[in-house]
Amino acid sequence: MEQNLKRSIILDNYQNPIGKGLIVDDTYKKANMKNESCIDDINMMVKVEKGIIKDIRFNAEACAISISSTSIMIKLLTNKTVEKAKEIIKNFENMINERPYDKDILGEAIVYDEIYKQPNRIKCALLSWECIKKTID
Amino acid sequence: MNIRSDFPILKTNLIYFDNGATTLKPQCVIDAIVDYYSNYSANAHRGDYAISHKVDIMYESSREEVKKFINADKVSEIIFTKGSTESLNMIVFGFFKYYLKKDDEILLSKGEHASNLLPWFKLCEEIGCKIKYIPSDINFEVTIENINKMISNKTKVISLAHITNVVGDVRPLKEICKIAHSNNILVVSDASQSAGHMKIDVIDLDIDFLVFSAHKMCGPTGIGVLYGKYCYLDKLLPLEYGGGMNSSFDSLGKIEYKNLPHRLEAGTPHIAGVIGLGAAIKYLTKIGMNNIAEHEKMLKNYAIEKMSKIDNVILYSNNIDSGIITFNLRDVFSQDTSFYLDQYNICVRAGSHCAKILNEELNVKNTCRISFYFYNTKEEIDKLIEVLKNSNDIFKIVL
Repeated sequence: MEQNLKRSIILDNYQNPIGKGLIVDDTYKKANMKNESCIDDINMMVKVEKGIIKDIRFNAEACAISISSTSIMIKLLTNKTVEKAKEIIKNFENMINERPYDKDILGEAIVYDEIYKQPNRIKCALLSWECIKKTID
Repeated sequence: MNIRSDFPILKTNLIYFDNGATTLKPQCVIDAIVDYYSNYSANAHRGDYAISHKVDIMYESSREEVKKFINADKVSEIIFTKGSTESLNMIVFGFFKYYLKKDDEILLSKGEHASNLLPWFKLCEEIGCKIKYIPSDINFEVTIENINKMISNKTKVISLAHITNVVGDVRPLKEICKIAHSNNILVVSDASQSAGHMKIDVIDLDIDFLVFSAHKMCGPTGIGVLYGKYCYLDKLLPLEYGGGMNSSFDSLGKIEYKNLPHRLEAGTPHIAGVIGLGAAIKYLTKIGMNNIAEHEKMLKNYAIEKMSKIDNVILYSNNIDSGIITFNLRDVFSQDTSFYLDQYNICVRAGSHCAKILNEELNVKNTCRISFYFYNTKEEIDKLIEVLKNSNDIFKIVL
């Protein structure tokens, strides 16, 4: 994907993220994730019904990469089965960590396919993906 | 004198503005450490052979350097630790654990570093003493007036950073000690952000305990200082027991301890670190602590003046005396700003700076911090200003 297009997808998801804002609802599973660098901090809530991810919401104090990656993940995983979601997450992690991956199931998330070139941002891209695993594992 | 050529890392085009985190190392400090490991790497306080004797001389002469540097009364009041964190933990759990009683009050501020908060939190859990926070004024500074308001007949200790690591305000330690002592209160100060930046005189301040780390003043990591007035330090119970701190022991468990300072330095010490710290102090003294303080203040005023003219820069601390500037770019997360500056080889710190309850007062959780040292220049600030001015395109650069 061309760099300018990647940038505009990331920026759009950062400035208008999907799923922003938590609600009070006990049927959701909740999780928190912090970046070890002591900055990024994300709260997530996930509703699973009959093995399908129905809704994902979050709030976060985090950088552009973290927030945009959360938004893209939410679009990608909503209405997927938990099994499929886990497959997508695994592929995303493989991509970030420079291992073989299936790009056809990652949709917009391939905008981070070169993030390994900035090692100090890898954790930012992975943060929400690590976080959601806590709720569906 | 070209100070910058003393620092090998500055031969690159690095602009290092994160001196609050750690400072760069001059060649003379690196050389002192290499000299120990290359030419006389024996243990301290051990053998009768020549190189071990040299270790003793060098190790104890560093202690003498520290004593002179902070104008302590006795060398036995200088304890080498691995840094400010260890020093503060020793003070809290080796001294105040036995000095304080249930319901006694400890005065702190919300701007303190984790290392001057968490040990006290744990102590309160253990013995039931209480923490009270001194409210800060409109400039986030701790004032004598507010301290006075918080002192009660249960207040037994005030523990404050000399200079805070986020806002950078310089606390009036001498006046604080005066008020505290007239109320039978002891004063502990974390001088991590001040020891390498201004002249400290523990006798003039009349401070009871003071701590600092070598790596924030051109010295190596892993070494620091615990200073205490002899009468209190002598009552500080060791947290570590073993070699080097006892004069004899028997099979029944009877131990005779060494006198200060050795009683509080169990085990083989960080000899190279102590020697490196000695070299750093000699180097700083040669430059002159007052020259360092003046240069930093000049840089800070220069930078503040220029930064305040940039529309999208929000400054959080304008009027403080130290070389620390806390800021954000409007609508940009602090970490994105620091990544952006990194693209131009400018190093600044982003985050909560380990002062995680300060946001209750600053009303902003994460900030960027610039912290100057004597090797920074106006030209480096000009470069920063140029980059900040062009930050409208920040996401083109960081994404």
